[in-house]
Amino acid sequence: MASKRRGLPEINAGSMADIAFLLLIFFLVTTTMDIDTGIARKLPPMPEEDQPEDDSQINARNIYVVLINSNNQLLVEGEMMDISQLREGAKKFIDNNGIREDLSENPEKAIISLQNDRGTSYKMYIRVQNELAAAYNELRNKAALSKFGERYNDLNKSDQKEIRKMYPQKISEAEPKNIGGNS
Amino acid sequence: MSKFKKSGNKGMPAISTASLPDIVFMLLFFFMVTTVMRETTLFVSVVTPKATEIKKMEKKSLVSYIYIGSPVKRMQASYGTSARIQLNDAFAEVGDIQEFIATEREAKDEKEIPYMTTSIKADETVKMGIITDVKQELRKANALKINYSTRKGEY
Repeated sequence: MASKRRGLPEINAGSMADIAFLLLIFFLVTTTMDIDTGIARKLPPMPEEDQPEDDSQINARNIYVVLINSNNQLLVEGEMMDISQLREGAKKFIDNNGIREDLSENPEKAIISLQNDRGTSYKMYIRVQNELAAAYNELRNKAALSKFGERYNDLNKSDQKEIRKMYPQKISEAEPKNIGGNS
Repeated sequence: MSKFKKSGNKGMPAISTASLPDIVFMLLFFFMVTTVMRETTLFVSVVTPKATEIKKMEKKSLVSYIYIGSPVKRMQASYGTSARIQLNDAFAEVGDIQEFIATEREAKDEKEIPYMTTSIKADETVKMGIITDVKQELRKANALKINYSTRKGEY
């Protein structure tokens, strides 16, 4: 008896590849490889009710006012400006170091005030945010290259912090006019 | 000389396909691991605006999403075409956001709460009015870390 036993018959694994392909194609189709990217911002905390408004102490020359109206037009420091010039304008303002009378005293004091209308399109708003972020990033890169010989993103944490201290990104968004105050 | 001569014309030997399943399985596992299944069905159509100065989002588990856009075609009959907010799997009003943030917070560890981010996925055609309302609600809910979701690209 024992001599005639052939053992278990082998299972045909020829179709395994087909099954695996089927699953593979399913996952290929359902996979979304989108890594979420975006512009990170921090909202200011809600003002305290009893806190008096005290933004009068900031020197007017240190504020770079950017207004966007409902037709997506820019008004920068009281003058109409095309979006393509905003980056250079902001860089000049931030990196003025007290040379020009009407621009910022130094980058640490520079504040960009951004105000938009309810009718402004989100696309335009993001474009403005992007240009302002680009202005800061370019300045930080320049400082990082001259100080450490590397681009800002390649620096280690403590060096990045140092550069960030030189060019703190201060983008302030005004309280929405038609909501604030009476809510 | 005849020693090296081929004794017979055997033709091309068949390539062994025995390792094919292994290769396919390897690919399969790769895709299984990297796949992120969509958790919510979008009722609003969102085409995020383009930007160049973007950062990758860290810690996906700590991100809550707010979708803003006009309803998709099949929902337009009942919900119209004006921009609406979607939270999780349903349309929502601006007033629902604070509650939404509160529920999101409850699900997380207390230590992680300061690192929670709210991602605003808004269509590029929406007006800032609704975004401003959402931002005000987020401020009231003290969810101050936000992220405007954008695609990478030049204008």
